[in-house]
Amino acid sequence: MLTATVFLPLVGALAIALFLSQPRQVRWFAAAVGIADFVLATLVFAGYDRQAGGLQWVERITGWVPSLKVEYYLGVDGLSATLVLLTGLLGLAAIFASWSIQERVKEYFAWLLVLQTAVMGVFTSLDFVLFFLFWELELIPMYFLIAIWGSGRREYSAVKFLVFTLTGSAFMLVGLLVVFFSTGTFNMADLAGLTGPGLDPQELLLPARVVWALFFIAFAVKLPIWPLHTWLPDAHTDAPTAVSVMLAGVLLKMGGYGLIRVNASMFPQVTQEAAFLLAVLGVVNIVYGAMVVFRQQDMKRLIAYSSISHMGLVVLGIASLRGVEGQVSPLGLTGAALQMFTHGTITGLLFVMVGLMYERTHTRYIPDLGGLARKMPFIATIFVAGALASLGLPSTSGFVAELTTLMGTFPVWGLLTALGALGIVLAAGYLLWLLQRSLFGPLPERWHHHPLSDATGVEKVAPLLLTTAIFVVGLFPAVVADTLTVGIEAIIQGRFT
Amino acid sequence: MTLHDLYLLWPPMALVGTGLLVIGLDLLLRDKRSLPVVALAGLGVALAGGLTLWGTVQDAGPQVGIFGTLRVDSFSLFFTFLFIAATALVVLASQPVVHQMGRWHGEYYALVLFASSGMMLLASAAEFITLYIALELTALPVAALAAFSPDRRSREAGVKFLVLSAFSSALLLYGMVLVYAFTGSTRLDAIAAAVVATPLDTGVPLGSWALLGGAVLMAAGFGFKISSVPFQMWVPDVYEGAPTPITAYLSVASKAAGFAALLRVFSTVFGAAPLQEQWALLFAGLAAASMTVGNLVAMLQNNVKRLLAYSTIAHAGYILVGVAAVSARAPEQASTGPAGVLFYLAGYTLTNLAVFFGVIAITTKVGGETIDDLAGLWRRSPWVALALTFSLVSLLGIPPTIGFWAKLYIFGAAVQTGLAWLAVVGVVNSVLSAYYYLRVVRAMFLVPPKEATPLPTSPSVGAALAVSAAAVLFYGILPFPLLRLAEIAARVGGI
Repeated sequence: MLTATVFLPLVGALAIALFLSQPRQVRWFAAAVGIADFVLATLVFAGYDRQAGGLQWVERITGWVPSLKVEYYLGVDGLSATLVLLTGLLGLAAIFASWSIQERVKEYFAWLLVLQTAVMGVFTSLDFVLFFLFWELELIPMYFLIAIWGSGRREYSAVKFLVFTLTGSAFMLVGLLVVFFSTGTFNMADLAGLTGPGLDPQELLLPARVVWALFFIAFAVKLPIWPLHTWLPDAHTDAPTAVSVMLAGVLLKMGGYGLIRVNASMFPQVTQEAAFLLAVLGVVNIVYGAMVVFRQQDMKRLIAYSSISHMGLVVLGIASLRGVEGQVSPLGLTGAALQMFTHGTITGLLFVMVGLMYERTHTRYIPDLGGLARKMPFIATIFVAGALASLGLPSTSGFVAELTTLMGTFPVWGLLTALGALGIVLAAGYLLWLLQRSLFGPLPERWHHHPLSDATGVEKVAPLLLTTAIFVVGLFPAVVADTLTVGIEAIIQGRFT
Repeated sequence: MTLHDLYLLWPPMALVGTGLLVIGLDLLLRDKRSLPVVALAGLGVALAGGLTLWGTVQDAGPQVGIFGTLRVDSFSLFFTFLFIAATALVVLASQPVVHQMGRWHGEYYALVLFASSGMMLLASAAEFITLYIALELTALPVAALAAFSPDRRSREAGVKFLVLSAFSSALLLYGMVLVYAFTGSTRLDAIAAAVVATPLDTGVPLGSWALLGGAVLMAAGFGFKISSVPFQMWVPDVYEGAPTPITAYLSVASKAAGFAALLRVFSTVFGAAPLQEQWALLFAGLAAASMTVGNLVAMLQNNVKRLLAYSTIAHAGYILVGVAAVSARAPEQASTGPAGVLFYLAGYTLTNLAVFFGVIAITTKVGGETIDDLAGLWRRSPWVALALTFSLVSLLGIPPTIGFWAKLYIFGAAVQTGLAWLAVVGVVNSVLSAYYYLRVVRAMFLVPPKEATPLPTSPSVGAALAVSAAAVLFYGILPFPLLRLAEIAARVGGI
């Protein structure tokens, strides 16, 4: 089942590369693959037994590379099952958001599907080498997608993205080799204490803090944590719409997922010692990101920086693992995980909408826009909904995630959490200002005779899909929160008490 | 010489015989197209011999012959297979290049076969003089081949290779003399026994000035063969000037032969416990220098062959990480180092051959060798562009390629033996190398082509490229069979 979920997009990509040539066929075939994979991802998520907990849907073939004890080992717990669902959802949205791609259509959809396989693989791998393999595999499609179909300084951004991530993963490679030669296993579930006793820091060939830092750097680049974030605005700005969706929606989550699965679970002590650092970095991300947003005139850049700000909340949530008087509440980490899911859908939606507006106006420069709501009501409505969710309006998933994180973190880091909450205020400011400048007010002279049309049928698919997800989770948080909590509690139990 | 000795010499003898046959046929035949076929058939005979010997070695243990000068074991057979594969692929890919030169067909293939037989002997030499002769048997044909093209650059490459090769041979010979003077024998096992038996001066690295001098001079001699820094000066010019199939051959087979001899000599002669850790540092330093210099200078290159020349210097550095890891461990401690070196060499051979075949496929048609000449190749020859990209990704060490497993294994060996710093230097270097490998990829996929006409690939080069690229992918997904072979070879080889 997991194997199918992970590799179906790859098979689809090969089929496109080998057998299809008409752009129309390619699009619909990719959509079919996306839908099928979304269905599989939903089945994985829905079929996850919340009572039983633990690892499920496990698929394991030992003896893939026996001499290094590398196995083909897939499985999901509550955390990864939710992220698999997110990837399926956004993968599908990304395919529909790519409908207007005209240039080298066949290659484009093939790479997009390869990307989806890579991300699914990261979230489901329980063998460290397999995890790393998928982690690196993701770079190749991303490089081509940004460099060929991007805009602006696309090659510069593609290379910058690649160099930052490669550098990060170089540290991770050393880290995982140290772990392997210290413990003799690449089994992430054992190392994380999910199925075994967990990693004993005394066994390590290097000091635990050093190894923790090796992993931390890799995930911090991906998340991204200030000051390793500079690739993100460039990559986002120059990437095609669907790739921005995938980047903000799921690729950043690989960083957060890694921090929880590797740093927090395998090195609980070091994580607790470093919690203050994490909390400060989280708050810096939130506040710095939000401040920079105000200076942005490019809509995509604006959302990119707001992503940095919102992902800071994830780091802050992880910092709550410090606990109060030896008691660690799962609330903060659950909030962080919820925030990952939520941010994926909301930011994905915002990027889709910006993409739609860009296709009509051919500009993302905010001072050129204004009053668009009158010409394109559907786009405007959904864009407003997305922005409101992003600023954390109750009844949207943004609210649930932010509230949970802040409630979980406040008892541990009172003052810092208060500072972090400032980010929400700032977010309300910049998002409403963005809406005001782009959608409302008088329509500028230059657009009067311009045939600005509303979204077409196919273009509505991705926005509706994501909006539904945002409100479903906002109104019934239990849909994902239940599953997440099962995963988070298992991670915390025994490791943080 | 007994029948058993001849049996042990089967693979190299088969190649020498085929080489002579090719020259003879060249005189008789008007149509030269059958010559590569004969060469391939000869390689088939050698392969059959290698497989038979492999069976014997697995049943009866390592075989020693010709008065103890030759040792055939899994280690040497692993290299025999590697040389056969590399030579066969190079012969396939040489066809259009030799055809373009239009002369000396027979000599070309014969020289390739002679060089290959020298490499096989080098991997199984158990005695200094045999080793030295095998080394020269490898170097002289390669020098002639480097000078094979009619243009001036090629002549220069041949002369340069010849002179520097002689220089390095002299260093190696001098090192051997010092070791001989200290131990009184030229046979590796006897030397090792003498080193262990002699009381060593603990104040001097390796126990005596003579041994230290010998080790350093021999390392310098081998350093030339494997093109490690600081013995790499000849590499870019020779690689650029030599006919491209020969460049490919130099970059993989000749280098693998150098590593085979180096591993065999150092781990046998200086295999005792305290000595190992001392020469580990020597190779760790060479490794770090080769990786860094190779990668940094490669970034500045515009000629693809020169770029790949510096890339092979960097790869010599990665492999030396494994060599350093072999020696840094205590003898009773199992290390993945030796198997890592063998696996890396095999993976690197397949990958680099694929890269060079891609370059041959293009340069013979486009008529230029700079990165700009690759512009828009994706439009003109998509399969070549795809295979070349995939092989470059393998050199970079990103999955799903064999290069990924090779790097994982070799850096793992470094971490395992306490050389984590060297692993860090290695992975940082891998990141640097992304820059110039991607420049090539960028030219092929992102730059618009100057002309839109498709570039047909000659069938033999296409076949060689397809086979090597498919192997890179196959072992990238299922590294197990090759890894297992490397482990057997490394273990039984006594390294």
